This record gives sequence, C-alpha cells and structure tokens, in this order.
Amino acid sequence: MDNARDVHSAARSVLMSPFECGGKVETQEPEKMLAKGNEAIAMAAIDSGCLLYFGYPITPQNDIPEYLSKHLPALGGGFIQAESEIASINLLLGASATGARAMTSSSSPGISLMQEGISYMAGSELPGLIVNISRSGPGLGGISPSQGDYFQATRGGGHGDYRMIVLAPSSVQEMYDLTCLAFNLSDKYRNPAMILGDALIGQMKEPLIRKKCAKMDLPPKDWALTGAQGRKPNRLKSLYLQDGELSEHNWKLHQKYEQMKKEEVRFESFFTEDAKLIVAAFGSMARVSKTSVELAREEGMKVGLLRPITLFPFPEKALYDFSQRVKLFLTVELNTGQMVEDVKLSVERDAQVYFYGRPPGSLPSPEEVLEEIKKCYRLGQG
Amino acid sequence: MELVFKRPECLIDIPFHFCPGCHHGIAHRLVAEAIDYFKIREKTIGVASVGCSVFMYDYFNVDVLEAPHGRASAVASGVKRATKDRIVFTYQGDGDLAAIGIAEGIHTANRGENITIIFANNGIYGMTGGQMAPTTLLGQKTSTSPYGRDFTYDGYPIRMAEMLATLEGSAFVARVAVNNPANLMKAKRAIRKAFQMQIEEMGFSFVEVLLACPTNWGMTALEANRRVEEEMIPYFPLGILKERKMADYL
Repeated sequence: MDNARDVHSAARSVLMSPFECGGKVETQEPEKMLAKGNEAIAMAAIDSGCLLYFGYPITPQNDIPEYLSKHLPALGGGFIQAESEIASINLLLGASATGARAMTSSSSPGISLMQEGISYMAGSELPGLIVNISRSGPGLGGISPSQGDYFQATRGGGHGDYRMIVLAPSSVQEMYDLTCLAFNLSDKYRNPAMILGDALIGQMKEPLIRKKCAKMDLPPKDWALTGAQGRKPNRLKSLYLQDGELSEHNWKLHQKYEQMKKEEVRFESFFTEDAKLIVAAFGSMARVSKTSVELAREEGMKVGLLRPITLFPFPEKALYDFSQRVKLFLTVELNTGQMVEDVKLSVERDAQVYFYGRPPGSLPSPEEVLEEIKKCYRLGQG
Repeated sequence: MELVFKRPECLIDIPFHFCPGCHHGIAHRLVAEAIDYFKIREKTIGVASVGCSVFMYDYFNVDVLEAPHGRASAVASGVKRATKDRIVFTYQGDGDLAAIGIAEGIHTANRGENITIIFANNGIYGMTGGQMAPTTLLGQKTSTSPYGRDFTYDGYPIRMAEMLATLEGSAFVARVAVNNPANLMKAKRAIRKAFQMQIEEMGFSFVEVLLACPTNWGMTALEANRRVEEEMIPYFPLGILKERKMADYL
C-alpha cells in the first residue's frame, strides 16, 4: 500500500463504529522506546481510541499531525488538515457530538482562534481534546517555550462562564499518560480538556513506556448524535433563551467544575515534608526547578517543590494545607506572573508568595532559579 | 379517502417562529420532505447555524447539533467523518455561510465532503434586525446600508452557488426559489437530488434557496414575493449549476 487511495480503501473495510471508539484499541504489550513528546501525545491518542484528528500546521507541534496523518488512515480513522484552527475546533466539535473520541492540536496563536469553538463545546457539554504545545506571545511572538497561555487555558479563554480541564505534563512519559487521562476526564465530565505543554516538552526525546491507557468507568454517551433511531432526537446546543434556563445551565456547569475540584486535582510533591520554602512550578519550568530544589537541598536548605499537574482544577487545597506550616512560597514561571495569582489565592494570608518570572527568550538555568530560592530563603529567615 | 397531503414525518408539529410571509418555513418543509422521501429520518443529523435558522432543532424531528456562527459546514464535516453512514446536512443563512463562514464553506466543498448544505439566501441579516448581508443587492437599503448598498464601499453581492460550482470538490450545486409553485416544485426536486447525491456518496451537494424576508425588506408578503422574482432572480439566476455523474475517486 503505497498510495493514499490504497491506504484509505483498506481502512474503509475495517472502519470501526465511532460509537464504540473509546478503549476499542486492544491492549498492546508495554513497549519501551525513545520518543518525542509530541509523538507521545499522538501515540496516546491512538491508544485511547481517538481515531479522528483535525488540525492546522503551526510550530512547534507539527509532529502530532504528521504522526497521525501517517497512522490514522490504516486504523480506519480520519485526518483532516483544516483550512484554519477555527475549522479544526469545529470539526472536533462535530466529531465529538457523535460520541467519537477526537482531538485537535495547535500552538498559542492557533489556540486563540479556537476559543470560540471551545466555549461552544463547554456550553454544549461536548468532550474533546485540545493540545496546546504553546509558544510565546503576545501576537506572533516567537516559537520559544513559554507559559504565557496559563490564564487563557485556566480561565476559560473564550466567552462565557466556563472552565476547561487543563493538564500540564513535564516529561515525555507524562505527555503520553496525561493524554490518556485527558480523554477519560473529558468524557467523564462532558467537557473539553487541554494538554498544555511547550516546545521544550514537545520537541525533546526521552524514554517512553507505551502501555495500555488506564481505563476509567465512564458514563454512556446517550447524548450522542447518531441518528434518532428508535429514540427521541438528541439535541446538542448552547442556546438557552427561556426565562431562567441559562442560569440553570450555568449552575449545572458550575457543579461539574466543583466536582472536578473535589475529585480530579493532581500534583507532584517533592521534598515538601520538612520544607520551609516551597517552589511552585508546572510543566517544563518544574523540571528546571526540581534540579534547583535538589541543589538547594545539597546546600542544606529545606526547600521543596509543588508541581501542579492539573492547572484546572488547581491544587488550591494542597497549597492551603502546606501554608498552615510553610510560610514561604516561590512561584517560578516562564512568563511575567500568571499562576502566581492562583498560588496567592490558595495560601494562608500570612504566607509570603514570591515570584520569579522568565518571559520568553531563554530558559533559566537551575543555578539561576537556585539564586532566587536563596534570596527568598534568606528573606524568610531574616 | 386517500390522504394526498400531510405534514412531513420529520417536521415537528409546532408553529414556526418565522414572520408572516417568510420563506424559511417553506424551505424547512422541502428539506423535511426530502428526508421523508428517502426514509432517512433515523439516520440524519442536522447542523443548525446562527440566525433565524438556529431554531432548526425545534422543528426537525432528527438529531440536531447547533454550530457556532459560520462554522456549520466544518461541524458537519466533523460529524460526517465520524459517522460515514449517516446523512448530514446544514441549513445556513447568507450571513452565516457567505460572510463569517465563507472559508469553512469553501473548504468543505473543496474537500468534497459528502454532506448537503442548504443555503438560505434572503440577502439580509434577519435575526439581528435587517443589516446588510454579503448577498444584499446593489442599491438595497438595509439598517447598515441606509443609502443603499454601494459597491464603492460595500463591494458586490456574492454568488455563492457559482463560486462553489467552480471547485473540483463540489458534486451538485443548484440555486432555487420558492416564490411560486413552479419554482417550488423545482426547488423540491433540487433538494431531493442533493440528498440523493449524498446517499449515493457522490460528494458535496449544495442548494441555494432564495427566500423572501418581508419584515426586514420592509414589504408586505406579496411585495416581498414579487421582489424575489423581479430583483433577486435576475442577479441570482436559478438552475442546476453542476451535477456530477460519477463519484470522484483518487
């Protein structure tokens, strides 16, 4: 099979029903390999039963559509290189409405274009995975790693009162694992989910164990549009004009977000048991900070790291609990200060929250972060 | 006694919200009749757009998804790619398809997506209160072209059917009107044909329906009906612009 027609016609004969898509791909034996972060996402999508991808080229995430355009047709799936990210997110909206697992990926400027569609997906309670291998902004910005999209990802980004599940991997393995988790959480809550990475995590190669995506008990997709055969027609919409209807709908969405806060918070805690200072960082910045914490420990300072894995729901309770005992926090981000607001909102009022930001251009070295740690540590002791 | 005329099975028995003299209801009915004709109600998925046509989900007795403004054809493409054996159609107004959603419309046609677009062209933004549309005729007064549409400032009315017919990806393109019984019968045949093309996997099908909007044209129903004949049809000629005889394969 060396041309597109052969691959597609072979695929047509094994086309699976999208209504049974989730978890349909059979378990493979764990396979150890060296993989790029972006490829890990693509593999996890296939292993999660996501056989539909829609996207538009943008650096630094092109490995994802390139991998999937190669592998999806033979699996009976579908791949569309759309005319824009606006089309991509709406193709995703349509595919998700049928109950199929589907995804798109892009980078910051493209994710901006998707905000309308994400808002509609949240409003219509549609699952779907959006991957943001973010770059730097505002505007065309650059392609270097940045965490400038934290607000956009965690505050909704589009119009209206909604939230999105946001997972922030900090290794290639997590790119894989969290993509599997994102599909499950997205289906569980009927809400779009985002993987928020950056060029560093997306482009680097690390060992990856490709294993079966963990299963989750998920509610049946009885809301899906499959044709009203033997049932009443299903409607998927976000327009509510009757008196009180929209307010009721907003409260219903709010309840889901509250449930996520109770049940889905994930974070990594590193050397926090006896810490006097806790560094808070996510994604690629957490990797640098982890080394800095180790360096600080070598110098005898009691420093720990809290790495939010879910940016929404944010580990606010964990931070609050730590702040009963720890009074020094240092938030480190690849921007001029975004997550630090959530850290400040989470901790006790008598805790000091410092911030070290590095806007796009270059990554700080572990030693540079260590210097900041030392400054804050001294302030705490003084 | 033989029953010779009844409400289509896939049209729910509730009053339309459309204004008196509006043609949307007729176009809805023709779509419903086509779905009934092919007995595909239980495998059809409709995609509603934004504008007067947004309440499609209240009227059609089929699964319906509401798309963001202009994005119905992309949404429908997503539905179709996920459910190849279902019948998928959009019903979009001129603001939705020819302005904000023109990129999605063109690329959906160009990909040859096996879906059907019913394009409701009344030359005006109805739902928002009568603003100028991309299909507003030259000289036509609207709430945002109070001196009449002037090509110097506003450009020309877009002929969507002709544009989409030029694309290799489109399989069936027609423009129809429902302003008199003869045109209505042709419209009925064209819409039926569009669905038939999809059922036969011939590719992208598109029917532009010229509709009267008496309220926003500031006319009586009869005047609006006459305007379709006298002003719209001369600029937007009726007929089948393209009909592919064989499915297109790589």
